[in-house]
Amino acid sequence: MNRNPIPAPLTARVRTLLFHRRVLFGIPFAWLLLFFLLPFALILKISLTSAVMAIPPYEPVFRLAENTLSVVVNFGNYLFLLSDSLYVAAYWGSVKTALISTIACLLIGYPMAYAMARAPKHWQLVLLLLVMLPSWTSFLIRVYAWMGILGNQGLLNSLLLWLGLIDEPLKMLNTNFAVILGITYAYLPFMVLPIFTNLVKLDLRLLEAASDLGCRSITTFWAITLPLSKAGILAGCMLVFIPAVGEFVIPELLGGPDTLMIGKVLWEEFFNNRDWPVASALAIVMLALLLVPIVLFHRFQSREMSKNG
Amino acid sequence: MVNARGISFSKVMLILGLLFLYLPMFVLIVYSFNASRLVSVWAGFSTHWYSALFEDQQILSAVWMSLKIAFYSASMAMCLGTLCAFVITRFKRMRGRTLLSGMITAPLVMPEVITGLSLLLLFVQLAELTGWPADRGMVTIWIAHTTFCSAYVAVVVSARLQEVDRSIEEAAMDLGCTPLKTFFVVTLPVIAPALVSGWLLAFTLSLDDLVIASFVSGPGSTTLPMVVFSSVRMGVSPKINALATLIILTVSLVAFIAWYVMRRNEKRRRSGRLS
Repeated sequence: MNRNPIPAPLTARVRTLLFHRRVLFGIPFAWLLLFFLLPFALILKISLTSAVMAIPPYEPVFRLAENTLSVVVNFGNYLFLLSDSLYVAAYWGSVKTALISTIACLLIGYPMAYAMARAPKHWQLVLLLLVMLPSWTSFLIRVYAWMGILGNQGLLNSLLLWLGLIDEPLKMLNTNFAVILGITYAYLPFMVLPIFTNLVKLDLRLLEAASDLGCRSITTFWAITLPLSKAGILAGCMLVFIPAVGEFVIPELLGGPDTLMIGKVLWEEFFNNRDWPVASALAIVMLALLLVPIVLFHRFQSREMSKNG
Repeated sequence: MVNARGISFSKVMLILGLLFLYLPMFVLIVYSFNASRLVSVWAGFSTHWYSALFEDQQILSAVWMSLKIAFYSASMAMCLGTLCAFVITRFKRMRGRTLLSGMITAPLVMPEVITGLSLLLLFVQLAELTGWPADRGMVTIWIAHTTFCSAYVAVVVSARLQEVDRSIEEAAMDLGCTPLKTFFVVTLPVIAPALVSGWLLAFTLSLDDLVIASFVSGPGSTTLPMVVFSSVRMGVSPKINALATLIILTVSLVAFIAWYVMRRNEKRRRSGRLS
C-alpha cells in the first residue's frame, strides 16, 4: 500500500510552485528593503555621528583601530536640536501649518466629494478627471502660479486696487497665509479622491430608509453619511497632513523669512550648511512625529489593498 | 445637502472648488501670451515667450533628461508595482507580507525630504563600500523614482486586481495552464487598463519630482523641475509661463483621450451585455 497519498511528481510540482512564489515575492521585497527600509537605518546611523570637513562630511560610527572595533555614538545632534529654539519652532510651525491646511482641505474637499458622489453616473468620471487633472500637471508650476497672483504687483492686488477696496497693495506673498493657501491648493485633489471613492460606495438605501422614517436630510447627513465616510476622511487627512509637514517647495516659494518649516530647515542644513548629521537628526525627529499618522494611514491602505482578493 | 436636484450647498462648493483649482492655471496660460514681463500689465498678445523657450538650450536638455528618466522609472515602477500588488493581494499567508505592504504604502505619504536624504545616504555608503554608484546621476534618480512610483502603481493595480474574477483564473489552471501562462493570458488582459494608468501616473510623478531628484542627482544631471525651480526662485518668469501652458495642455490632452477611451469601453461593455 502506498502510504503517501500524494504522488511524488505532484509534490515536486507543488514544491517548485512554492519556490516560484517565493521568488516572485522576493523581488519587490528585496528592492524595497534595499532602497526604502535600509536607507532609514542609515539616516539613524548618520544622525549619531558628528560632522567633519571631509567627503562624506561625517565621522564613521564604527572605527577599527589597533584591532579593536570601537563604536562612537554621538547624541550631540539631538541635544543640539533641543537646545536651539529655531528647530523646536520649525517643528511646531510645520505641524501647525499642516494642520490648518488639512482642515481647510477637508472643509473644501468634503462637499466637493459629496456633490461628485451624488452626481449622475456619466458625470462622475468627468468630475473625477477634472479634480485629479491639476495634480497630474506640475506641482512646482501650480505653486509658482500663486507667486504671480499673490505678489505685491500681482493679479489679486491689482484687482483689489482697481476695485478700490484697498489703497495700497496687501502683503500676501511671502507670508504664512500664502504657505497655507499653497498647501491647500496643491493637496486638495488628494483630499477629494479618497472621500469620493468612499462616498460613492455608500449604500443609498440607508439614506432612503432614514428619510422614510422621517429623518431630515441634515440629520441623515450627520447620523449616517458622515460616520460611514470616516475611513475616507481619515485617509484624505493623512494624505494631506503627512507630506505637508515635510513640505519644502511651498514654504520656499511662497513663504517669507519668518516662515519656519522643518522641510525647509532640513534642506538648508543639508545643502547650505552641509551638515549631514544634523539634517539626519532632523529627519529622524520628523519621522518620530509622523509615526502615528503614518501607521494610521498604513492600516487604512492595507485594508483597501486586500479587501476581497 | 441631500436634495438631488436644484442648487445645494455641496454643488456650489464643487463649482467653487473647481474654480479654485483651475483659475491659477488659467492665469498662467493667459499670461504666457502677454508681451510684457510684468503680471500686472497686459501689453498685448505675443508668442514671444514660446520662441524664447524653444531657444533655451538649458531647458531643452533638461526636458530631454526628465523625459528619459520618467520613461525608464515609469516602466520599471509598472513592473515592480504590479508584482507588489499581485503578491500582496494573492499570497495571503506569505511570511513578510505585512512588512512588504508597509514598505509599499509608506512612500505614498513619506515627506520627500526624508526619502531624498535617506536615499542619498544609501548611495554614498554603497559607493564607499562597493564602489558603485561611482557618481550620482541618471541611474540614482531612476532608482529613487522607481521606488516611490512603484507604491502608486501598486495602489492602482491592486484596486483592479480585487475586481478580477478569480474563477476564470482557476478554470484556466484546472484546464492545465501554468500559473505564469494564466497570468499572461487571463489576468494581464483584465488588469491592463490599470497598468496603463499606473504607468501614466508614475510618468507624471517622476517628471514632476524636484526634491528627491535634487538630493540624489549629481553634477551634469539636471532635470526639468530643477531648472524651473532655480528660475522661479528669482521671481515670475514668462518663459516658465509658456512652459507651464505646454505642460497643462499636454496633460489635458492625455486626460481627454483617457476619458474618451474609458467612455467608449463603458458603452461597448453595456451594449455587449444587452445583445
